[in-house]
Amino acid sequence: MDVGYPVLSVVIFLPIIGGILLAFIGRHLESFIKWGALLVSILTFILSLPLFTNFDKTTHLMQFVERKDWIPQFGIQYYVGVDGISVLFILLSALITILCVLISWNSIKEKVKEFYISLLLIEGAMIGVFASLDFFLFYIFWEAMLIPMYLIIGVWGGPRRVYAAIKFFLYTLIGSVLMLVAIVYLYLKADTFNILELHTLALPYKTQIWLFWALLAAFAVKVPMWPVHTWLPDAHTEAPTAGSVILAAILIKMGAYGFLRFMLPMLPEATKSMAPFLIGLSVIAIIYGGIVCLAQNDLKRLIAYSSVSHMGFVTLGIFALNPQGIEGGILQMINHGIVTGALFLCVGIIYDRTHSRQISDYGGLASIMPVYAGFFMLFTLASIGLPGLNGFIGEFLIILGAFKAKKLTAVLAATGIIIGAGYMLWLYQRIFFNEVNEKIRGLEPMQFKEALTLILLAIFVIWIGIYPNTFLSFMHVSVAHLLDKVHQATPETMVTINSIRGGF
Amino acid sequence: MEYTVWIPFLPLIGFIINIIFGKKILRTQAHWPSTLAVFGSLVLSIMALWDVINGKTLNYDLYNWIISDNFRVSVGFLVDQLTAVMLIVVTSVSFLVHVYSIGYMHGDSGYPRFFAYLSLFTFSMLMLVMANNFLQLYFGWEAVGLCSYLLIGFWYEKRSASDAGKKAFIVNRFGDFGFGLGVIIIFLTFGTLHYVPVFGRVEEIVTQSVNIYGLEINLVTLIALLLFCGAVGKSAQLPLHVWLPDAMEGPTPVSALIHAATMVTAGVFMVARCSPIFDLSHTAMNVVAVVGGLTALFAATIALVQNDIKRVIAYSTISQLGYMFLACGVGAYGAGIFHLYTHAYFKALLFLCAGSVMHAMAGELDMQKMGGLKKYMPITYWTMLIASLSISGIPGLAGFFSKDEILFSAYAAGGVGRFVWMLGTLAALLTAFYSFRLIFLTFHGDFRGTEEQKHHLHESPPVMTVPLLLLCIGAVASGWVGIPKILGGSNHFGEFLSPVLHHPHYEGVTHSEEWMTMGLSVFVGVTGILVAILFYIKNPSIPVRLAQSFSFIYRVLWNKYYVDEFYNLIVVRPVLFIAKSIIDAFTDRKIIEGIVNGLPALVGWTGAQLRKTQNGILQHYGIIMATGLLFILVFVLIRAIT
Repeated sequence: MDVGYPVLSVVIFLPIIGGILLAFIGRHLESFIKWGALLVSILTFILSLPLFTNFDKTTHLMQFVERKDWIPQFGIQYYVGVDGISVLFILLSALITILCVLISWNSIKEKVKEFYISLLLIEGAMIGVFASLDFFLFYIFWEAMLIPMYLIIGVWGGPRRVYAAIKFFLYTLIGSVLMLVAIVYLYLKADTFNILELHTLALPYKTQIWLFWALLAAFAVKVPMWPVHTWLPDAHTEAPTAGSVILAAILIKMGAYGFLRFMLPMLPEATKSMAPFLIGLSVIAIIYGGIVCLAQNDLKRLIAYSSVSHMGFVTLGIFALNPQGIEGGILQMINHGIVTGALFLCVGIIYDRTHSRQISDYGGLASIMPVYAGFFMLFTLASIGLPGLNGFIGEFLIILGAFKAKKLTAVLAATGIIIGAGYMLWLYQRIFFNEVNEKIRGLEPMQFKEALTLILLAIFVIWIGIYPNTFLSFMHVSVAHLLDKVHQATPETMVTINSIRGGF
Repeated sequence: MEYTVWIPFLPLIGFIINIIFGKKILRTQAHWPSTLAVFGSLVLSIMALWDVINGKTLNYDLYNWIISDNFRVSVGFLVDQLTAVMLIVVTSVSFLVHVYSIGYMHGDSGYPRFFAYLSLFTFSMLMLVMANNFLQLYFGWEAVGLCSYLLIGFWYEKRSASDAGKKAFIVNRFGDFGFGLGVIIIFLTFGTLHYVPVFGRVEEIVTQSVNIYGLEINLVTLIALLLFCGAVGKSAQLPLHVWLPDAMEGPTPVSALIHAATMVTAGVFMVARCSPIFDLSHTAMNVVAVVGGLTALFAATIALVQNDIKRVIAYSTISQLGYMFLACGVGAYGAGIFHLYTHAYFKALLFLCAGSVMHAMAGELDMQKMGGLKKYMPITYWTMLIASLSISGIPGLAGFFSKDEILFSAYAAGGVGRFVWMLGTLAALLTAFYSFRLIFLTFHGDFRGTEEQKHHLHESPPVMTVPLLLLCIGAVASGWVGIPKILGGSNHFGEFLSPVLHHPHYEGVTHSEEWMTMGLSVFVGVTGILVAILFYIKNPSIPVRLAQSFSFIYRVLWNKYYVDEFYNLIVVRPVLFIAKSIIDAFTDRKIIEGIVNGLPALVGWTGAQLRKTQNGILQHYGIIMATGLLFILVFVLIRAIT
């Protein structure tokens, strides 16, 4: 267990400090800045590896815990740790950041320094979100990553970047404010920000419902669940490639992570009574998101909407409230991060060459960039859940879990898989097949650096597809513990519920 | 028998070598890794068959694939009699198609890619037939579908090819939707997805039923029908047959291997594999039999009028697959698999002969532009003629034995069986007719193509004709292992499969009835050929006149009953309309975005209105203050009074 250094603090603060240090470097030293950022991100990833190798899969207790008083007057602590639910996201964040640094190497040409500073700050904050065990600390990280993300979209984005950035910011902020209210309320009630202590709090049903709505506002926007999803297509479309990748791979996972970390264990009764409603929204997201994809002419917008559909699977799995659903949901989050991240990387590769996101500007690309076409095919297939690749494992477990919870929803969700094949293969056909579009004749083939990022992700696509147990095994105990908490309605809370119902 | 693990993995290695090194290093030598790999699999499959014949069967797990709480499933192999037969069919046809492709695909710019896909396909198909659980079956099922997609769209610059590939994948997804749900219900019912425990316990649930919105349906029937949905998609049965004719856009060796001999028969294999489930549901069995019978006849009628040589064979394939389901549906799984096995050889042969013809005709597909090719390409002619005799059910050839067994079993089963027997017999008449229509239009009469084409006519090189000759042996002799008792044989094939697929027992069916069904099927086969001779050799004006006098029927058949148009109308266009005009343009952009953008606008508007009060004119402030005071005064007074 002991690895000789405080793993979590290191992986949170190494990128943050790295980012701050970059600020002191002259902006003309561009390549130094790039190499510095790459070095920091790689180092962070390497230093995060003990989370993978030294993780104890037999306990649901928090591991790699660090705990220091921060603002003792309010009981606020710097309290971090991981369990089977959060650990994989930290590793994913560290991995994805490296790829983002690489992919931005040539495509970001202005304000290079500021860009890499923002990127590293985001990394630290993202990891902080997943590691925090203090609600206050969590909120700080949660909000802290909004600002660099806002900048990345608003400064380095496409033509409508300012609109998209503000929309992203306001949407998320409104949700977050309600979460802040919930946090304050919980603090006043329990006199602690400690998340694990809050898990043991037996709140009356009615309170749980109010808190549920407040937290739902924050998390549902992030996921994003239908119908609060409309910031996502704009943000994804306008963001630079690295921004889209981070959004897709990590940022939107925080919403679903919030469900697992806060709502399920703290508000079990409310979760159970609200689950059918959320399952309903999830199914709508799956089908609605898929159908909207059929209408898109913009490459990035299409993939953005496919995220809505795929995240619908994630929330469906979570609110199925059984082991397969939740494990499938977590795995699907990882999968979606890898696959959609990879798809955005792919789009970035051709966008750098053509500066067009219009699907109709492509066609016949397979003849011109065959290796690239092969990678894109692999990720397309993973996205539509081909068995043997990662997407299938997640979707299958989710549908299995959903079927246990509510049969009809599983049947409806499964139609999403048909739609998924429809829009992805149609997209692939329009870009890669048919006659070569004159506009793309003579594009240079993929470079090794570009291929490298895709190879890394491709390895995970196949690895998870043929041996998902490497990753599922992290979750078993923690998920089982979480479900125990949800399903064990203690007599006291039952009494409170009854008394409230009688009382009002 | 652990060597069996290499049967699927050798082609996988071939695939990996070709996908990495094919384009840059191997290039025109790219057939070596793939062909050697599949040859290795063929040798190992023969060894496996030998072991199984000697009573050694095997069921083992390689590793745990997915574990989540009580859900666990592994990757593992089941090698029993049924698997052994499938292994031989898959590896032998695949090997011959590999060899043939060396000649057929020579000079194609995608040569290494082609062999990579062939290897991937062979791997996937072998994983499918060797699976020991439903999820691995599903894996193989989807993976062969992927290869089919990739190979149909192999010449992706052609719009029609890339459309056809996409269509095949998506249509199959409709079937797999049911299949997937079936797999999930199997798990939730039995707590496992492995064949042996599921089949062992299926009798325990025979009385259970589930209530679907007030409709009481037997659980076994539900499972069987859901699984059958997958089979209908993969094996191109009604109403999901529409993808297979379009799949002919792929290179012809692919049509022979995937869309005739192996992948499309996966549905039949699956039904046979799940016979313990299907056997317990009369309803499901009847559905299988009727769907099979109707498809056999339906596809045969379309084949009567098509002019595209590959499409005729494609519809013929759909029709023959219908026979196999028909057999399964009446409980004669052994007969279904027997036909699967003989059909693999004669149908692969038909396709490869068609490929040979196309090779000579520079890619021409329209039979109206052929004719008289007999003297230019004798090997192709004679092998194709023998394949056609075989599919027409001429005694002694492979197709005769398997088709006869199916038709007799259907007849003997009674009930629904009698009905499908009539469908099958009628389809047999049409089969013989369209098969010989194809032969006569292509090889007899005068050449109707251009002078340039005529100039280039030639027999294919040995690398292509040798596989034709070898397959021809299969088309003649593969049926000899299943000669029925009534003809003095002992039906070794059925006996061999009996541990897996038990024989149906027919009571009250006499020998004379067996002779009658056999005689009838031979009679209709010969009749079909004779009519074809009359129409296309003796008096070619007859078909023209028939098409004129029955122009409505002709048009319906020519347009394949307008099924594609129908699906376009009720599925494709409405979905795209809803996507573009309703959900994207209206719901998302108007309603949801309207609200989202409306809120800030509302805030802004309110602010703008309120700002008007802050106009700096003292008189206004005075009025507002006075009004306010007045209100307070009134309020206080009212309070005081009440």
